[in-house]
Amino acid sequence: MKSKAIAAPYIVWMCIFIVVPLFLVAYFAFTDSTGAFTLENIIQVGQYSDVFLRSIWMGALATLFSLLLGYPLAYIISKSNLRRQSVLIMLVMLPMWMNFLLRTYAWMTLLEDNGMINNFLAALGLPRLHMINTAGAVVFGMVYDYLPFMILPLYTVLIKIDRSVIEAAQDLGANSCKVFLKVTIPMSMPGIISGITMVFVPAVSTFIISKMLGGGSNLLIGDLIDMQFLGNAYNPYLGSAISLVLMVLILICMGIMNQFDEDGSAEGGKML
Amino acid sequence: MKKTLSRVYMALIFLFLYAPIVILILFSFNDSDTKSRAVWSGFSLRWYQKLFSNAELLNALRNTVIIAIIAAVVATILGTVAAIGINSMKKWSKRVIMNIGNLPMVNPEIVTGISLLLLFVFGARLLHVELGIFSVILAHITFCLPYVILSVMPKLRQMDNSLYEAAQDLGCTPVRSFFKVVFPEILPGIITGAVMAFTLSIDDFVISYFTSGTTQTLPVYIYSMTRKRVSPEINALSTLLFGTILVLLLIVNFSKKKSGDTKEAAQER
Amino acid sequence: MGETSIIRLENITVSFDGEQVLKNLNLSIRDGEFVTLLGPSGCGKTTTLRIIGGFVKPDAGDVFFNGKKINNLPPHKREVNTIFQKYALFPHLNVYDNVAFGMRVHKKSEKQVEKTVREMLAMVNLSGFANRNVNSLSGGQQQRVAIARALANDPKILLLDEPLGALDLKLRKDMQVELKKIQKATGITFIFVTHDQEEALSMSDTVVVMDNGEIQQIGTPEDIYNEPANAFVADFIGESNILDGVMLEDYVCSFAGKKFRCVDAGFQKNENVDVVIRPEDIDVVEADSTHLTGTVTNVTFKGVHFEIIVDVEDFKWMIQSTDYQPVGAKIGLRIQPEDIHIMKKSVYSGTFGDYSTFSDEMEEDAAKEEEAEREDEV
Repeated sequence: MKSKAIAAPYIVWMCIFIVVPLFLVAYFAFTDSTGAFTLENIIQVGQYSDVFLRSIWMGALATLFSLLLGYPLAYIISKSNLRRQSVLIMLVMLPMWMNFLLRTYAWMTLLEDNGMINNFLAALGLPRLHMINTAGAVVFGMVYDYLPFMILPLYTVLIKIDRSVIEAAQDLGANSCKVFLKVTIPMSMPGIISGITMVFVPAVSTFIISKMLGGGSNLLIGDLIDMQFLGNAYNPYLGSAISLVLMVLILICMGIMNQFDEDGSAEGGKML
Repeated sequence: MKKTLSRVYMALIFLFLYAPIVILILFSFNDSDTKSRAVWSGFSLRWYQKLFSNAELLNALRNTVIIAIIAAVVATILGTVAAIGINSMKKWSKRVIMNIGNLPMVNPEIVTGISLLLLFVFGARLLHVELGIFSVILAHITFCLPYVILSVMPKLRQMDNSLYEAAQDLGCTPVRSFFKVVFPEILPGIITGAVMAFTLSIDDFVISYFTSGTTQTLPVYIYSMTRKRVSPEINALSTLLFGTILVLLLIVNFSKKKSGDTKEAAQER
Repeated sequence: MGETSIIRLENITVSFDGEQVLKNLNLSIRDGEFVTLLGPSGCGKTTTLRIIGGFVKPDAGDVFFNGKKINNLPPHKREVNTIFQKYALFPHLNVYDNVAFGMRVHKKSEKQVEKTVREMLAMVNLSGFANRNVNSLSGGQQQRVAIARALANDPKILLLDEPLGALDLKLRKDMQVELKKIQKATGITFIFVTHDQEEALSMSDTVVVMDNGEIQQIGTPEDIYNEPANAFVADFIGESNILDGVMLEDYVCSFAGKKFRCVDAGFQKNENVDVVIRPEDIDVVEADSTHLTGTVTNVTFKGVHFEIIVDVEDFKWMIQSTDYQPVGAKIGLRIQPEDIHIMKKSVYSGTFGDYSTFSDEMEEDAAKEEEAEREDEV
């Protein structure tokens, strides 16, 4: 099939709905309300560096916890028998079929000061904990919402690892701990990388979780952007500038990540 | 010992994943109407009854389904055709187009959302129309397209290109060869893409939120409620949706296993 | 030949991405022939086939079918069918529907379809397999389904693109016999592409040896083997010792520092030539001054004969002999005048014929290694 031409409608679509909108973001980021060129918006983004830092910090924490929680699970699933594997993976994906707003909302009812967990603690005669509207709750919500995104790519990579490679390592004298550290982890690097990006990107840019579980005191980049477009602080110029900075930031992160990935796959290639 | 440890670990993680879902489902049957959303006061189906008389909610549901169907159909057709075209391109142009096309997947949703908002506000001003269901459909098609392309592309790559030539060799015109030979081969990829597009569209909140204007989709409606207090009707609706999906998944899984078994049996023979 | 030729290629030139794949190719194929296009990978043989099938359009030149120009005729309108390299059976159809595909496209009646499919499956010994899934068949069975599918369309020409490449050796030999039988029975022109010289020699009426997008030689298998046109053909077909020589006068040549009588004439006085001597034509004799003499460097037992590598003044000869010679032995090489083949110098002169390494692959790998080392130095 040599018909490149039939991709033309898609390319037109892509230009109108992907390229042009991003140019608009860039255009708005560098203009003021009169349409004149300005760097004012970008400079103003600097005022929100604490929000940026908080978002990145929380996103990174959530990613780290997801990795620490998700890796063992993916590993356990990949080691169980085939029929059980498909059931377990379905169980991991199933929560994603319930709207995440509702799931997050359910956590509100659980974590509240008068919520179920505290009622439970009180019933046991233990002191109540203040959980909702804290930074911890926000990170918790992020881990909860994005954990499946970490588990799935890890699982996909882990089941692909050739058993004979593990056996070869054992044959060469590595104990199970060494095998895990020197073979399994390096070989699952592509999965780790894609898991990290799949959790970090939505976590760093979320505005729902912080609103629902953070109680407005833990402002994140997403909230900031939301406020400029559909919130009280209507200012699409500043909003575009923040979005642009966020996008560049994430592109840089992904670039660094892909660098690791290339090294990883190159190593994998050498191993083969 | 190791086995119990891993079992316990798995159980804990699944508890974490399913706790809120169980709460949601449980409270959809709650009789209470009182202030606290965490108090259980008896079993009732009243929220299920109320659900079907809540016009606003049903309207949002209808919008969501209409948007998802149109977006999935258009994205599937456009994406499949695009995948075929892109697949026959040279490496370099293929890479450029795929990288740009994947941006809605790679970019934070909020950035895609506001960039489309800017485009639609701009376009609406030009055409003297307002943002609404139409702009949401356009936005959904846009973010569904890369998923369709990514699920069709591997099928195309796996397919022996000479199948297409063989059909022509045996007398089919190029178009007929496509429908008789290529299409059945890549159909599983097309279906996967369509299902993905449909569910992504149904579930999408962020992009709909920015591009829907005053039109409400179900997630947008839910969001507007979470800011005040979520009515248990939503719990009821979610339970119904969740149940439907669960049943569908079980059916698909079951039939897959069954056909797999017969295939194995055939091979044994 | 002009009148009976079913396919004629005239001055065909093809390039892909600026690289010339076929260079001014001329080829005429007679009706009913079994023609083999033989050459190493990348020589343009498959492209030639695809031009006849209609899948590649030549940049320049014409394709004639029974005297009619068919340059712009699309594949589905050509009375030519192809057996593809990996068979290209339609995985979503069973054996019967695969074979019936072409006839159904041509809107034949189901009755006739059924009759022809049964006939075709019987011909390829797959009568009991009509309802089988094609994926459940072995390679050889898939191959035969592909043949049945192509022949069911009643083509004037059958194109076969390395159809036996994926089969194991024994099955391959059976299929060679089978294909030859089918070709004889149907009388259809077969154009067969392979890189296997043995296959080409044993099956074909005519062999077309190709390299580098050009035809090197066209002839019967015997001609190609006994009278190779140049060093490439001599090396590609069978084993050959190829030496630089000089044609001193008609029937007299010199190589390896000695004068020999030979049976070739018509060269210029003292013309530089390539001399080909097949390893099986060399007799081992006592080492004395009347013969070429050399030292045995390697002996391999091959079953029917020993393969002996002899170093004669730094040129490694290959000799096939039924007598064992120990490594290190000094032996003489006797060559009869009729076993000396003289070829004009060509671009291939000097690139083949020395047995320091056996395979092209080893030679190429060694060359690549050298190249890599050179690059490393830079």
